[in-house]
Amino acid sequence: MSWIDLFRNKKRNTAVTAKERLQIVISHERTRQSQPDLITAMQAEILSIIAKYLGIPTDKIQEQVKVDVERRGEHSVLELNITLPESAHKALPKETAAEEA
Amino acid sequence: MAEVIVVTSGKGGVGKTTSSAALGTGLALKGYRTVVVDFDVGLRNLDLIMGCERRVVYDLVNVVKKEANLNQALIKDKRLEELYILPASQTRDKDALDIDGVARVIEELKAANFDYIICDSPAGIEKGALMALYFADRAIVVTNPEVSSVRDSDRILGILASKSKRAEEKLEPIREHLLVTRYSPTRVERGDMLALSDIEELLAIPLLGVIPESLAVLRASNSGIPVTFDQESDAGQAYLDAVDRFLGHKVPLRFVNTKKRTLLQRLFKAKEGAAA
Ligand SMILES: Nc1ncnc2c1ncn2[C@@H]1O[C@H](COP(=O)(O)OP(=O)(O)OP(=O)(O)O)[C@@H](O)[C@H]1O
Ligand SMILES: [Mg+2]
Repeated sequence: MSWIDLFRNKKRNTAVTAKERLQIVISHERTRQSQPDLITAMQAEILSIIAKYLGIPTDKIQEQVKVDVERRGEHSVLELNITLPESAHKALPKETAAEEA
Repeated sequence: MAEVIVVTSGKGGVGKTTSSAALGTGLALKGYRTVVVDFDVGLRNLDLIMGCERRVVYDLVNVVKKEANLNQALIKDKRLEELYILPASQTRDKDALDIDGVARVIEELKAANFDYIICDSPAGIEKGALMALYFADRAIVVTNPEVSSVRDSDRILGILASKSKRAEEKLEPIREHLLVTRYSPTRVERGDMLALSDIEELLAIPLLGVIPESLAVLRASNSGIPVTFDQESDAGQAYLDAVDRFLGHKVPLRFVNTKKRTLLQRLFKAKEGAAA
C-alpha cells in the first residue's frame, strides 16, 4: 500500500478514523484527570527501585530508564525501557546478565 | 436574577466571538437585557464583530483597575435597546485582569439589571480563559467538527468541572451546552468530517445547536453586523434556534443534512462535473 492509499481508503473514511482516535485520547485524558497522581507516583517508585538495585545515581536515572504509560484501545500498557549501564552489568550475577542480553 | 454565561472552547478560531455576538444579539432580540463582555484582553475583536469599534473609549481592564466606571465603559448597541458590549483592552495583556477585579465587575453588571452576562473567552486554558469561565453559571462549549477542537473541548469541560467558582465552592455544577459550529453536512456525508452524532457521543453534553459553515458569517463580520440580524441566512436562523433552545424551548435541528437532490438535479450536477 502506498502512502497515498492511506488517504484514499474508501471503506474506512477519515471521519471514522478521527472518531476512533478521539475516543482513545479522550478516555485516556479523562482517566488521567481523575487520578492524576496514581500513575506518576507509580512511575516515580518504579524508578527509585531500579535505581536502588542497579546502583544508578538518582540524577542519572531519567536518562537510562524510561517508564511510559500508553493507552491501547481498552487497555493501558505500562512500558519499561531500561538501558543498563556498564557498571550495572558488572554488578549483576552472571546468569541474570546473560538472560538480559 | 442575572445568569453568567461563558462562551469557551480551548482551541482558538472555532467561533467563540462570532457565537458570543450572535447569541447575545439573539437574546436581546427576544427582549432580554444582555451584555457581551470581551475577555480576550490584548486581542479584542468583539467590538469589530458587533460593529462598535469606533465607539470604544474605556474597556474591561479600565473598569477592573478602577480607572473608569462601568457606565463609561459599557457601549450600548445602536440597533437593539437591550444589548450592550463591554470591550476588552487592546494594549494590555491578560495579566492585567485579576479575579477580585473581575468579581467586582460581574457584581456591578448583575446590579445593573442585566438578564444575561455573556463572557467571550480567549483561546487557551491560561489565565484569560480561566477568568472568563470562573464565575459562569452556564457554559457554551464551541466545537468544530475536527479532531483538535473536540479534544480541546473535552479538556475545557474538565476545567469547567474543576477550576470554576461553582466547582471550588462545591455548588451545583455549571450547566454545559454544546454548540457545534462550521458544520458542513456535505463533508460529513462524504466521510471527511466528524458527524454531529460522533461529537455528541464523544463530549456527552446536551446539544444547544449546530451552526453550518456559512458565507453569511463572513459577510456579517465584514460589515460588523452580528449574523443573527441576517434572518434570511442559514447561520442566522441556526443561531436563533440555539437561542430558543437556550431559553428552554424545543426546536428541531436544521441545516444538519444535505439537501436531497432530485434525479434531474443529480444528472445536471454530473454534467457540470464532466464539463469542469
Ligand atoms: N459558521 C461559520 N461559517 C463560516 N465561517 C465561520 C463560522 N463561524 C466562524 N467563522 C469564521 O471563523 C473565524 C474565527 O471565528 P471567531 O473569531 O468567532 O473565533 P474565536 O473562537 O473567537 O477565535 P479566537 O480563539 O481567536 O478568539 C472567523 O474568520 C469567522 O468568520
Ligand atoms: Mg474570539
